[in-house]
Parts: sequence; structure tokens; C-alpha cells
Amino acid sequence: MAVSAITTSLQWNALRNGTFLTASVLVALIVLPILSIFFLALNPVENIWPHLYNTVLPYYIEETLTLLFLVACGTLLLGVSTAWLVATCRFPGRAIFQWILLLPLAMPAYVVAYAYTDLLEASGPVQQIMRQVFGWQSVHDYYFPEIRSMGGAVLVLTLVLYPYVYMLARSAFSEQSNRMFECSRILGKSTLEVFFTISIPMARPAIAIGLAFALMETLNDFGTVDYFAVHTLTAGIVDVWLGMGNIGGAAQIASVLLLFVATLLFIERFGRKDRKYYETNNGLNQPPVFILKGWRKYAAVTACLLPVLLGFVVPIAILGDYSIRYFDVTWNADFKVHAFNSLALSLTAAIAATALALFLAYSVRLVPTKFLQALSWTSGLGYAVPGAVLAIGIIVPFAWIDNSVDAIARSYFNTSTGLLLTGGIFAIIFAYTVRFLTISRGAIDSSLSKISPSMDMAARSLGNSATRTLVKFHLPLMKKGLATGIIVVFVDCMKELPATLILRPFNFDTLATSVYEFASDELIEMAALGSLMIVAVGLIPVLLLNRTVSSSNSS
Amino acid sequence: MTKLNTKRIFSVVLLFWGITSVAQAAEVNVYSYRQPFLIEPVLEAFTNSTEIKVNVVYAKKGLIQRLESEGANSPADIMLTPDIGLLLDAKEKGLTQSMSSSVLEKRIPAQFRDPEQHWYGLTSRARIIVVSKDRVADGAISNYEDLADPKWKGKICTRSGKHPYMVLLIASMIATHGKEQAAEWLTGVKENLARKPQGNDRAQVKAIKEGVCDVAVINHYYMAKMLANEEQIPWAKAVNVVFPNQDNRGTHMNVSGVVLTTNAPNKDAAIQFIEYMASDDAQQIYAQTNSEFPVVSGIALSPLLESWGPFKKDARPLSASSNFRKQAIILADETLYDF
Repeated sequence: MAVSAITTSLQWNALRNGTFLTASVLVALIVLPILSIFFLALNPVENIWPHLYNTVLPYYIEETLTLLFLVACGTLLLGVSTAWLVATCRFPGRAIFQWILLLPLAMPAYVVAYAYTDLLEASGPVQQIMRQVFGWQSVHDYYFPEIRSMGGAVLVLTLVLYPYVYMLARSAFSEQSNRMFECSRILGKSTLEVFFTISIPMARPAIAIGLAFALMETLNDFGTVDYFAVHTLTAGIVDVWLGMGNIGGAAQIASVLLLFVATLLFIERFGRKDRKYYETNNGLNQPPVFILKGWRKYAAVTACLLPVLLGFVVPIAILGDYSIRYFDVTWNADFKVHAFNSLALSLTAAIAATALALFLAYSVRLVPTKFLQALSWTSGLGYAVPGAVLAIGIIVPFAWIDNSVDAIARSYFNTSTGLLLTGGIFAIIFAYTVRFLTISRGAIDSSLSKISPSMDMAARSLGNSATRTLVKFHLPLMKKGLATGIIVVFVDCMKELPATLILRPFNFDTLATSVYEFASDELIEMAALGSLMIVAVGLIPVLLLNRTVSSSNSS
Repeated sequence: MTKLNTKRIFSVVLLFWGITSVAQAAEVNVYSYRQPFLIEPVLEAFTNSTEIKVNVVYAKKGLIQRLESEGANSPADIMLTPDIGLLLDAKEKGLTQSMSSSVLEKRIPAQFRDPEQHWYGLTSRARIIVVSKDRVADGAISNYEDLADPKWKGKICTRSGKHPYMVLLIASMIATHGKEQAAEWLTGVKENLARKPQGNDRAQVKAIKEGVCDVAVINHYYMAKMLANEEQIPWAKAVNVVFPNQDNRGTHMNVSGVVLTTNAPNKDAAIQFIEYMASDDAQQIYAQTNSEFPVVSGIALSPLLESWGPFKKDARPLSASSNFRKQAIILADETLYDF
């Protein structure tokens, strides 16, 4: 008895240490890109900070802040208003709107940017028709806003990012108790007053989280701002690194950008902290309180229809039209290779991220110490790091490791190991894993937390090892969570552009990179089919998301 | 169980190694800043005649940085660039090696190659001004200097001032007029811009077609490329071509070229490839398919270039302006040209 207790505790310790060690190494690897950015920023070969600081940096910051502020306003306006309508009001089509409002989530921002440029630029159909109808001779005869501008970027990013706010706000609104609304109404408050004095304040934490996500995506965007010549910090990083060839300077701008990111993370954390406060009002799937009639009904339908039309239907129609007309030219061997590359790369990364997330989540479950919890939280930071920053942070240390390993191999074994990490697709897969790990963590955590700890105890006391418990008992129960995690990460990888552009190996293009290259050559017709395919894949998790949302509503 | 996992992980790692290792057969690995459609015809012709496979990474940006970080282990043998600046950057960073080749010495004129044989020019290109056929009278603009004339206020389009083509043009202005006057000039051009610098050279021509601006600066061969694309023919037809500075120093020229990397793993095949690019066959493809100016003499120009007739080229050595590239980039930032 005593002997077996001692062996168990020894095993327990060994496991603990092993888990600790492995988790620490993995998390260290994941934060390596961020650390190397700071290192590079502090040790530039040729310090251009004074030059940047005195010339372009203030403008990078100004344009970034302007973009963030306006996208925040736009996503709040669209996201919160539609969420509130769908959650609390009854009007025709409400059930359908509830999920089609999520559709723009499937669109990469740069794809929407290409579509709208084609539609709204001076040679596009809208202005052509205007000229014909009004008999204008040239663009100087009338005013039309330039789509390739800050305003255009705000429009595009708002249209694809509002669903983040919508999603979280809707669930917050529908969790709010109807009785509170009824009381307020009885006490003589108007609908609008209820909205502003009760609904919004109570949903504020959830809205903050959604907004933080939308703004992180804004900071990460490269494709749109590059196309629209908006000089954000991300665009500045790419310019200073790849245009001016100064990696130290790029890392310095990246550090400024990470400050912005840290602020957003803080907001997000803050939001989550307060979340517990309103989840106590548990009134899921209540009938809508406000029954809309007359013009209000139509206004609500319009308000919900517009974001879906502009953020999904219109771009799809434009791209679909080009895809059909140019199908013979674009559907070729290259396209199939690019599609295969995208699929293979994204799937590998999705599985890697999910496996890693599973390991970290299970480690925390087995050994729930503060240290491991902190480590595991740190591993989620990658999501906040824009792809372009991540690429610098990865290629520099990886190339250094490659060359060091190679030098050792050459001097001791007289053989070259070549570029183990940076020579192939490993660097891209690593970048995807770092960036999207937190998404798979979310999916896995939620399904793992539903499994009662008594299950672990029962399994372990029957003599199963920790690994065996995971494989035999937990995994079958977590199938859904695992699948969700894999799919969502998969789609995000399909869309990812900046890191892929920088890290891809020889003869290697994905759908995203080829779409970008075509579009930057003003060949939108060639980019259409690839864009459409990315969107089609992107629809899978949106549909899935809808299913989980509605099933949680009805349960 | 643990053993099995280790094995699995190990096999995954091996799989990556398999993917990363570069095959040994006759191959040349190319990093290309030049776009696929510009060089693929030449690559194909080379592979057909030698059976040496050419692997390419295309990127508009970042290949030098990649070469740098890969160091001694870079798989790249050759880097192709559309601009002298990138050739010199690569050389300055120690990423290139000297290649003595009697073929190249003989075929490529001295003005188009590095005295130390680190880089060779393959084609040359003129930075021309295009003007709206409808809205700009013949002879209304004839020098780069005129771009800063306030009479063009709100009528000029260019791509980003940080793009290598613009950088070298600005550098040539510094070389000609000195830094201060060049700064004044660039500020003047910026004030004349119809919109924030954006898009590539084609996008500027498109903007003239749309009526957004009247005057733009582009590389000459884009005209040929647009005339070969059904969607873009109207863009090209909307503009007239102006070869600037014919009464003084001549039109600013740039070269596209090639370097051999310091640690080229397939050096022999690489040199063979570079020599091929200087051959009559390849130069003809460059001239005919791309409408670039071949560096080798005696190659027939494309019909479009023939139709434009001869013009005066800036004959100063490329180093005269390329030495000012750093200053040009700083100037572009200081004048906030892109903002």
C-alpha cells in the first residue's frame, strides 16, 4: 500500500516535471518571435529610429489611430444595432438574419477591397452609369469619393469585422432578462431609453471583447491598407523592412505596434473580467420583447439587410461574375496547385495548433498551478501579433538556429544540414500555429471543461495513465470541440496573407498569395476565382458557428 | 504510449526535412524580384535547350532580406532584379560573388555590368512620362523637372516614392541638381499629385484613362504589356508617350539584372543560366515579348519600340545616380511623398 502510494506520487512528480518542461519549452518557442522583435528593435545594425521618429512614424501612428477609431465606430454601429434588433425585437426574417449577419466573417478584407475597388473606382460600373445618366463627360464634372483611401479602408474593414461585435453583443443581449425590460417599460421608459440605459451598459463587457477582436484584425490587416495606400504601422513595417532593407527599424515600428496590441489585450481582459456579472441573469432563448410594426418593421429589416448585402452579397456577385467570365483562363494547373498548397498548409497548421492546444489545455487540467496557467495564457498572445511582425520574429531566430546547427554539423560531422527550419514550409506552419493557437485553445477549453473531473478520477483510479485517460475517455467526448478548433484555424490559415507572403519557400504560392499578386497587378479578373474559393472555405465555420449558437440557444 | 508519440513526432520532423531538402539533379534556384510573366518565357526556353530545371521564388519584396538571413545555407544561386538598386544592395551586403565569364564580358557592354563582375545587366528600361491624349497638348511637358511646375497642380500620378524605380529617379535628380534642389523638386511634384501615391505603374496609366490625372511616370515596357491585355488596351490607348530630357542629359534609364549568390550551391548551372540570359535567343525574348531594351547589341527591337523611334538616353554611368539611393529614400520620407 505504502509502496504503491510512493510510486504513484513519484510518477505524478515525473509527469509534473515532464509536463512543466514540455509546456515551458513549447510556450518559449511560441513567444520567441515576440522576444526577437524586441531584441532586434533594441540592437539595430543601422539605427534609423531618429529618422523614423522625425519623419514618417508620427504619420504611421496617426493613420493607424484614425483607422482604429473609425473602424471601432463602424463595427459598433453595425454590430450592436443589428445584435440588439435580432436579440430583442420581432420583425420579419429575424430568424434568418440571426445567422446571415455572420456571413461577412467568411470574407478576407483584402478580397472585399478588390471587389469594391472594381465596383466604385472611376472606371467601375457605378461611376460609368452615373456619367451616362447625368451626361457628365469626365470625373472632374462631379464628386465621387475615392475608394482607395482611408474612407475605403474603413468601409471595407467595418463590413467584414462587424460580425465580431455582433456575435458577442447578440449573445449578451439575449442573456439579458426580459423581466428587466418589462419593468423598465412599465416604469415609463421608452424603447430607446431601455436600449441605452439597460441593454448597452449590461452588455458592455461582451461588446468590448468583440471590439477588441475586430481592432486586432484591423491592426493585422496588410492586404487592404496596402491596396488602398493607407500607411498604418503594419504597412510601415513592411516598407521599412523590405523596402528600405532595415530590419532593426522594422522591429522598432513593430514594437510600437505591439503597444497598441497590448492596449487591446488589456481591454479584452477587462471585458472578460466583468463578464461574470451579467451571466447571472440567465434567460436564454426568450421570446423577443419588442414587436415591431409599421415603418419600424421595415427599418429593422433594412438595418439588418444592409450589412449582409454590402459585406457579402455585393462582393460575391462581383467576384462571381469575373470568376465565370474568366473561368477558362484562371482554372488552370497553377490554380489547382495553389489551391492544393493552401489546403495542405492550412490543414497541417490546423492539426498542429489543435494538438498543441490540446497538450496545453490538458497540462493545465492535470497540474493546475498558477505557473502553468500563466504559461498557457501567454501562448495565446500570438493571435494579437500581426502576421508581418510575426514573420520578422520568426525568420530571424529560425535562420540563426538553422545556420548554427549547420555550422556545428559542418565542423563536427563534415556535413551540411542546410536550412531545416526556414528552407521549407515549416516556418509558415509555425507562424500559423503561433498566430491561431488561441482559437483552437478556445474550442478545446470549452469542450474539456464540460467533462467532469470525476471522470478523470474514475479513469485514473482504475489504473489508466494520464495519456490513456485523455485518448480513451476524453477525446471521444471532445470530438465536436476538436473539429470546431481545426476548422476555424484551417479557415484563418487559408485567409492569412502577410506572413505567408514573406515566409513561403521556392515555387510556392497559395490561393491567398496568388490573389494578392494578381490584384496588385491590377488583374482583378484573374484574382476572382481564387478569392471566391477562399470565401467558400470560409463559409464552413460560419455555418458551424451558427449551429453551435442556435443549439446553445435551444438547450 | 510515450514512445509511440516520440516516434510520430520524429517522423513528422523527418517529413519536413524531406520537403526542405533540395534535390541534387541539374537545377538552378532563382530568387526573382521580376514578375513571373516577364521571365517565364526565358526560363522555359532555357530548360528546353539545356534540360536544367529552374526553380523560382517570386516576390516583390524581401528576397534580399531572405538571402541575408539564410546566409551560407541559402538554396538560391541567382537573384534577378528589375532595378540596379537591388543589385547594388545585394552586393553591398556581401550576398554576391564575382563571376568571371568570357561570354558575359564579351556580350554585355561595360556600362551594363559591374567592373568587379558581381552583377550583370540583362535589359534596360526607360522611365518615361505618359500624358493624356485628350487633355495634354504635345510638347506641354518635356523634362522630369517640369513635373514640379505648379501648372500641373492636381494632375500628376505616380507610384510610391519608396519604390525602387522612383528611388533611382529621385537619386538621379540628386546626382544632377544636388540634394537641396532635388528636395525642392520632389516637394513640388508631391504638391502636384492628384492622389496619394498608390498602385503600380499600370495603375497610373489607368488613372489617366479614368481622368483622375493627366500626367504619370512609368517604365516604358508597361505600355507594351497593357497593349497585350484586352482589359487594359484602352488604358494604353488613352496616353501619349514622352521621352523626357531629350534636349539635355537624356531619359533616365534603369537596368534589370542578375547576381550570383555568395554560396550558390549550383554555381556551374547558374553561370550557364546567366550566360543563356545574355544569349541572342534570350535577349530576343526579352526584347520581343517584354519590349525591354536588350543590353546585347544587334538584337531587333519590338515593333512598339521601333514605332517610338530612337531617343536620347541618359548616358552617365549607373553608379552616378545609384550612389544617391540612400539619400533619395530619406528624401522621400522627409518630404512625406507617400502621405
